[in-house]
Amino acid sequence: MTAVLQILFDALSLGSLYALGALGIALIFGVMRLVNFAHGDYIAFCVFALLWPSIDAAAIVFIGKLPSLILIPLVIAIGAGLSVLSEIVVFRRFRNANPATMMIASFALGFVIRYFLLMLYSSRPKSIDLWSNLSLPIEIFGARIPLLQVITICTTIVVLLALTAFLKRTRFGLEMRAAAENFTMARMLGVRANNVIMLAFALSGALAAAIGLILVTQTGTVDIQMGVSVMLVAFIATVIGGLGSLTGAVIAGFLIGGATVLMQVILPVDARPFRDAFVYAAVIVTLIWRPNGLFAPKSAKQRV
Amino acid sequence: MSPTLTADSVSVSFEGLRALSKVNLDVPRSRITGLIGPNGAGKTTLVNVLTGFQVPSEGHVILDGERLGCLPPHKIRRRGVARTFQSGRLFSDLSVLDNLEVTGIGLGLQRKEAASRAAEMLEWVGIAHLAERTAGGLPYTDERRVAIGRALMMEPHYLLLDEPAAGMSAEEAAQLASLIKRIIAEKKCGVLLIEHNIGLVLNICDDIHVLDSGEIIDCGSPAAIKASEKVRHAYMGTQADAVGEIL
Repeated sequence: MTAVLQILFDALSLGSLYALGALGIALIFGVMRLVNFAHGDYIAFCVFALLWPSIDAAAIVFIGKLPSLILIPLVIAIGAGLSVLSEIVVFRRFRNANPATMMIASFALGFVIRYFLLMLYSSRPKSIDLWSNLSLPIEIFGARIPLLQVITICTTIVVLLALTAFLKRTRFGLEMRAAAENFTMARMLGVRANNVIMLAFALSGALAAAIGLILVTQTGTVDIQMGVSVMLVAFIATVIGGLGSLTGAVIAGFLIGGATVLMQVILPVDARPFRDAFVYAAVIVTLIWRPNGLFAPKSAKQRV
Repeated sequence: MSPTLTADSVSVSFEGLRALSKVNLDVPRSRITGLIGPNGAGKTTLVNVLTGFQVPSEGHVILDGERLGCLPPHKIRRRGVARTFQSGRLFSDLSVLDNLEVTGIGLGLQRKEAASRAAEMLEWVGIAHLAERTAGGLPYTDERRVAIGRALMMEPHYLLLDEPAAGMSAEEAAQLASLIKRIIAEKKCGVLLIEHNIGLVLNICDDIHVLDSGEIIDCGSPAAIKASEKVRHAYMGTQADAVGEIL
């Protein structure tokens, strides 16, 4: 029983990370048909913002020293700001370009951010002690669960609920849903395109910052590459969920997280190093079974 | 002069192909103006010009006596020219109510105001029971009615309907006809009705314009159009039998 509970929490917390990542990608894909491959680098940027720029091996903690009540909103604002800035400086110029062009622009932007960090901080991973006491386990029904996992899961649930309420209840949310489905049509009806897109970028960047904070607390290290693997899985989750569907992206994020943890447990010991191969095999099978993803939105079928 | 939406010798060319050639058309308020013509005659292009979706190569659109210049579609919509599209073009993942509500927001309303106006409009069109349904799952005729409701948000002065009866049965077309008559009577809109269902057009329109190969070849009352040699000729070969029966 406790073992099952432990696996469940592992799965949920890993799934949470992927779900938050997938949501960040799906939000922007929704309004712009852009898969933003720079998303992973937003994550790294937010984490590096905790440190003072230096190429020394030892990290000089900067924002990271502030009390959490200031630190968390500040890092989230940095993520949102970077994301909005990249829309204004880069993506706005590709508004009418074809999706492949935008995607390549996002790769380029990702490299620019990564090498900017490389320049300021060098490529060496650095260690940072941010809320390390959160890794201490707490006892839930006899299972010892790291507090951070519980916090990660709760944060994700709160974010998801808040975002749902935002999309359902506010005028911005409604405009965003309409724009996500048919951007041209929404614009013709007078929906303020630039505001909606900037808001999507801000939300997406804020999610990247949240992921960054969780990752750095989990690992205790700061690394230029740290957003890459989450970004990759998150991208796969948006595809499996059905591009354009926010719910689909979130559910698929949790499914991939769950599958990863489950494989880790049930695979024979010799096969465990190849866990990811099994996960991706499951991804391929899913896509053969449902080429449009699990929750392809109705609108996706009309669009050719 | 009574207010109208006017195309003033409008021409549109697509890479040398002349889609419209010096077209003049008046859509007066509180009347139903019909626009008929064979496929490819340029009817939808004309609606696109009148609503800002297509910039004319020559000529102007005049709204209540004022030239519109090159306003984008949403600005023209704000000034009271609304339209529907041949293929509905609803937001299919949104509920029916949200479809109307987002239009209200786009036109500058606050959320609450938009929601209550959207609900009123659904009531007025007679589809209040569909409010919570997802627009994508609606049957064809309901979809058309939602599209008309969406176009009527914020009381436009002119309503341009692009083939609203396509694919409807005779009974459904009759319901549509009575809805259009109510729009004239209660909303005092000027309606431009593009239709292939010539029976419907002859039945409810006050004036009819006939477009063929980008030119207005005839216009007049339904009786005059029925009797017109030119119209009969234009339809020859395309739907000669059908027109012969109706006319």
